[in-house]
Amino acid sequence: MAYLNTDSAKQNTFDAIIIGSGMSGGWAAKEFTEKGLNTLMLERGRDVKHLKDYPTTNMYPWEFEHRGEVPYDIQQANPVISRCYAYREDAMHFFVKDTEHPYVQDKPFDWIRGYQVGGKSLMWARQTQRWSEYDFEGPARDGFAVDWPIRYKDLAPWYSYVEKFAGISGNKDGLDNLPDGEFLPAFPLNSVERHFSKVVSGNYTGRNVISARCAHLSVPQPIHTEQGRVMCQKRILCQRGCPFGGYFSANSTVIPWALKTGKLTLRPHSVVQEVIFDDKKGKATGVRIMDTETKQVMEYYAKVIFVNAAAINTNLVLLNSKSQRFPNGLGNDSGVLGKYVAFHNYSARISAEYDGDMDLMTDGRNPAGGGYIPRFRNVKKQETNFLRGYAAGFSASRWAHSDESGVGKSLKDNLSNPSLTNWKVGSHMMGETIPKKSNTVTLDPNQKDAWGVPLLKFNISYDDNDAKMKQDYFEQMTEMFTKAGFKNIQTYDSKQAPGLDIHEMGGVRMGNDPKTSMLNKWNQMHACNNVFVTDGACMTSTSTQNPSLTYMALTARAVDYAVSEMKKGNIT
Amino acid sequence: MNRREAIERVAWILGGTVIGAEFFLSGCKPSAGKVEDLFDKDHVAFLNEVADTILPKTNTPGAKEAKVGEFMGVMVRDCYTADDQKIFLDGLGKIDEAADKKFSVKFMQADVKQRTAVLADLDKEQAAYTKTKKKEDPNHFYYMIKQLTLLGYFTSEVGCTQALRYLPVPGKFDGNYPYKKGDKAWALA
Repeated sequence: MAYLNTDSAKQNTFDAIIIGSGMSGGWAAKEFTEKGLNTLMLERGRDVKHLKDYPTTNMYPWEFEHRGEVPYDIQQANPVISRCYAYREDAMHFFVKDTEHPYVQDKPFDWIRGYQVGGKSLMWARQTQRWSEYDFEGPARDGFAVDWPIRYKDLAPWYSYVEKFAGISGNKDGLDNLPDGEFLPAFPLNSVERHFSKVVSGNYTGRNVISARCAHLSVPQPIHTEQGRVMCQKRILCQRGCPFGGYFSANSTVIPWALKTGKLTLRPHSVVQEVIFDDKKGKATGVRIMDTETKQVMEYYAKVIFVNAAAINTNLVLLNSKSQRFPNGLGNDSGVLGKYVAFHNYSARISAEYDGDMDLMTDGRNPAGGGYIPRFRNVKKQETNFLRGYAAGFSASRWAHSDESGVGKSLKDNLSNPSLTNWKVGSHMMGETIPKKSNTVTLDPNQKDAWGVPLLKFNISYDDNDAKMKQDYFEQMTEMFTKAGFKNIQTYDSKQAPGLDIHEMGGVRMGNDPKTSMLNKWNQMHACNNVFVTDGACMTSTSTQNPSLTYMALTARAVDYAVSEMKKGNIT
Repeated sequence: MNRREAIERVAWILGGTVIGAEFFLSGCKPSAGKVEDLFDKDHVAFLNEVADTILPKTNTPGAKEAKVGEFMGVMVRDCYTADDQKIFLDGLGKIDEAADKKFSVKFMQADVKQRTAVLADLDKEQAAYTKTKKKEDPNHFYYMIKQLTLLGYFTSEVGCTQALRYLPVPGKFDGNYPYKKGDKAWALA
């Protein structure tokens, strides 16, 4: 890897620049460098090298000073990140503290960020599902947002392409609302998850409980061995970075692959202030960055620029890229930049107990986490009083239980030899939210951060559709749980702010019409053809799938298109 | 998906209660000064003896060998609110008072049988209190001591590897495994 220390224009000129090194930026790096392009990847945070920079990965529980707990002072000073389920002592170094990178909340938004090489692909929950035809048709059918400029058939071969390389485990379930992919063997459901699966498919048409599909190497293939990754060892300590490369991260998979080509220059500590648009040439010529260590402002140039800064920060970079041609942000002729931001509604959960299968337990740990219920509401036609629907997780487990009363030997013996409880079952909702013009991120007119970039202001909230959908989730899950013989059913509304789902999307949406969208069907800016956006910012709607796999596929597809356009001389 | 389980998995001890969760999520700024006393030799020794009475050496090492006394000091210093720190610190004196009242002896000078009897009384007292305690009521000091002892011991090296079964790298997952009652529990990953 080369680190640049000169600002001479020639040395700072590349074929392609990628802003961001996470889930989608990492893929862009792999694709560009494999196609022979000299590529610069900019990352605002520090470098995190696979294996070398996972300081906690092999630590024992007793080696953590607070045994996993985040000290009280840090929690008090950083309330947003402290609400994130994965912000614990073993992985807190991969998350941005509130105090380090402030933002403005006109309405509460829990913005969960990872500023390092690999971004959040290091700590993601690794769930991977394809979108279906019904998901892409959603906005057009139901009359919200704008029509997606692509359909399932456009993305299907690219899903296959990225799945084979990343390694996705799952069953071929044959569901038209959740298309099958190129799967490694699935992780099995346990006995109670299977029981629920049978009850659900036996009682309902179009409802299924399947093994969760996830980016883990259940059985590595030669391509994964070539990447230096081996079989997932079921530690379930993924958020620390995996010494086996058992799950997909940019760090373990696509970045090393890109570096191996010799074509990638990876530059950490580089905050992109703006994409430079040359009014005379009528195209973007490069980017302006600040080196966070030297505070030096520098420029880099390329023929094509991919903005993969993670959904919200991609909005920030584009909003801050102002020129004579684009006074309101790069490519923003339509005025939709920073608007129609959406997310997933993760605020509902349900739990219960089950007294069957008391002679069974599980052995080892399941990296997939259990079962997945694909969206079953309003899939093929409108059938409820709310638009769209929700997917759900489902899992069952038994807890160690012992009598904790008393003092001394009997207490210790009890605790060391607990019995298992009955089965505890739980589900959480993953609801589609409707992108709305009023859900926005904008630049704060007054405040800037330490790198000269305006702070972002969030104005994003739930709406009535989300409330109705949540009610339906509670009702439908309660009915399904009751049919399965589950007892003590309890619903839980977390009332969490948007953002904590960590599935923020939109603001730079795709669409057919330049008057109402930012990007065309190739993720290429309508108004500036050498700039592409393939992270969550490009999403026209959110559907219910965990989004990363779709970003990977869109990225590989967009790079393929961009390079073919460069060869044709259409991008210069 | 199943992000909650990441938290729940960490919390299986004591039937799934997150130990001390309510301490860690409420209250105000810690005070300086007295907490540092927890790290002097006498305090550590005292806490180790209390912990070792709660979880003594049997065919596996006890809480003292697992250095639970030191651990309690770290957690009270770094993870407790100022209110809870005060309750905890005041509570240490109350253990001596209870020993004095029952056996006319300081806790450190009491024999194992006396120590066990003193803590058994406090355990009953805290159990009754905690059962009817409202969320905003203060925690019972002995509840804190006991929770930290259990957490500290069962996440320590001897607790994980000797009292429990520790398997950092399972290498497999079987969703359909026969359950035999009385099997030793698994330690955290």
